[in-house]
Amino acid sequence: MLDDLGLDAAQEDYSFAFLDEQTKRMVRRAILKAVAIPGYQVPFGDREVPLPPGWGTGGIQVTASIIGRSDRLKVIDQGADDTTNAVSIRRFFKRVTGISTTESTGEATIIQSRHRIPERLLEDAQILIMQTPQPEPMRRLINSEEQARKLHAFARYGLMQVRLYEDIARFGHVAVSHDYPVRVHRRYLSSPSPIPRFDNPKLHRNRALIIFGAGRERRIHAIPPFTEVRSLDFEDYPFEVQKWEQCCALCGSDNSYLDEVLLDDKGSIQFICSDTSYCNDRRVESRRR
Amino acid sequence: MITSIKGGEKAIDASHRLLAKRRRGNPAIAELSVDQIREQLTLAVDRVMNEGSLHDPTLAALAIKQAEGDLIEAIYLLRAYRTTIPRFGYTKPLETSEMIVRRRISTTHKDIPGGQFLGPTYDYTHRLLDFSLLEEAEDEDGLPVSTDDTFEEMNLCYGAGFLSRTDVVEAELPSDGIAVADLTREPMKFPSKRDQRLQNLTRGDEGFLMALCYSTMRGYGRNHPYVAEMRHGDVSVVMEIPELQFEVGIGTVRVTECRTIHMTVNKPDTPAHYTRGYGLLFGHCERKALSVAIVDRALRGPEFGEERRHPSQDEEFVLSHSDSVAASGLVQHLKLPHYVDFQGELQLLRQLRDEYEKRAGQADSAENENAG
Repeated sequence: MLDDLGLDAAQEDYSFAFLDEQTKRMVRRAILKAVAIPGYQVPFGDREVPLPPGWGTGGIQVTASIIGRSDRLKVIDQGADDTTNAVSIRRFFKRVTGISTTESTGEATIIQSRHRIPERLLEDAQILIMQTPQPEPMRRLINSEEQARKLHAFARYGLMQVRLYEDIARFGHVAVSHDYPVRVHRRYLSSPSPIPRFDNPKLHRNRALIIFGAGRERRIHAIPPFTEVRSLDFEDYPFEVQKWEQCCALCGSDNSYLDEVLLDDKGSIQFICSDTSYCNDRRVESRRR
Repeated sequence: MITSIKGGEKAIDASHRLLAKRRRGNPAIAELSVDQIREQLTLAVDRVMNEGSLHDPTLAALAIKQAEGDLIEAIYLLRAYRTTIPRFGYTKPLETSEMIVRRRISTTHKDIPGGQFLGPTYDYTHRLLDFSLLEEAEDEDGLPVSTDDTFEEMNLCYGAGFLSRTDVVEAELPSDGIAVADLTREPMKFPSKRDQRLQNLTRGDEGFLMALCYSTMRGYGRNHPYVAEMRHGDVSVVMEIPELQFEVGIGTVRVTECRTIHMTVNKPDTPAHYTRGYGLLFGHCERKALSVAIVDRALRGPEFGEERRHPSQDEEFVLSHSDSVAASGLVQHLKLPHYVDFQGELQLLRQLRDEYEKRAGQADSAENENAG
């Protein structure tokens, strides 16, 4: 009981990782259930944290619940560690845990990310936590939570297939660039969070545990390691990822997700890797050679 | 004994005295000055100026003081004052591309021509109560301790040109030479035009517009927004004085301008492109500027052949209910006496009940007869 309340915690102002131990236990239970039922959205009691809802509070609560003193945390926003929100979240965890952080994908034990999965293959001991604005893939088709839950219960996902079909009928291909729905372990239709379609194949049989935290919507879902994850498609219209004709202007990579950089007001542009850690690794490597 | 609530001249006077007393609070604590409100509660002042449709920070601060911090009441006070001011002319459209920028961000590209300036924002603060603010920092004379922080302002010459650099973004309308509607003079007309809508939204209640904007993001009429640019800073106000026959700057106003772009594919005869939403407001109010821009785009649906299915897309729903002064008035009028209406309705209700019982009685006896 006393341990639960953390009364001996050396008179700290806040608990380790901000959340109190009972809240962490509640979130961990939700995570365990999410891991046990891959792709299923587990409701949890979202708490207010010092960052605003919609800015990664789901991810923050998941991270806060599983982080330990020996962990090394990496925080990514849109592929980069130096973007303001990533800096802010990393600082927050440094302040409330005192643990070490890193910008390198390979060195991290926990990676909290928004909108990207790192290019570098994740390893067994790593956990990827995705910030998720809308965990319900059916929400864009039906507003009602009650109906959506029924469709999940009966695994009736025809509505989504029809939506994709309509795209093909109108445009000749599926017009979904990010948050492309996936079927997890051949059962639940899930949102991969707004990662670009480019990142979807990385979900399939990934060695790392991937947890999706949606604070505002009060849901956690997960993709355990080595789980089959299939992006919805049709036999004659197979799923495809984004491709670029250009290479990264910094590291020359031709197989990573690229960001467009505006050089001036007249329309000169350049492309560089969105994943800054990956780009740095490649540049260091090429300098060594 | 029955007490009537009628005829309360004395009651009203007493009520006002009670208000004044409550407004003053504990007399042992120094009175709040209008200057303090204007200088230290600037975001509240900005909101009151926007929804009150009047740029006057001192009067907005006065209204906040008078309304004990009830911003909707303060907005009403400012509006009621506003109608009494004579109008002697119109300024030129604000040149926001010549803004002296305090903050400027774009979310579509990591770097934009002219650069990103974070400036003052609560966005990346950690929401932890700063207990040091409980202590008042004052020097011996009771004046605040001065800080050495000087703020370097940036004169930014870049317009939002990068938005128009390709053919993928809808062209902006030319700003000059088009007569602009004014809702403070003429009523709203349906179907509405964009100038009317933007004015309505700017005056509209922040909470209402934010909720509508939020609903579009939760599946009730998604419109896929990106903040192409949010800028905040000072803009000169220029007016042509007929007697002088040339333009003079008459001051500066601090504004927030938000431009959103939205992927639009609905029309079969036009290629997919980005369409725009726009919000321009007094002071620093990014939450509202965003809400205005995204609801502006939601209401433009018919231009792009979009179906009207959700509240945010229904112009009559949005524009007729956005005004906090009107809404607050009607909602609170329920506190007015309704004895007469109630008496009439009560009579009708009794009549309906009598008839119901009579029918039920007849049905019962009919059943009994059949059974017998």
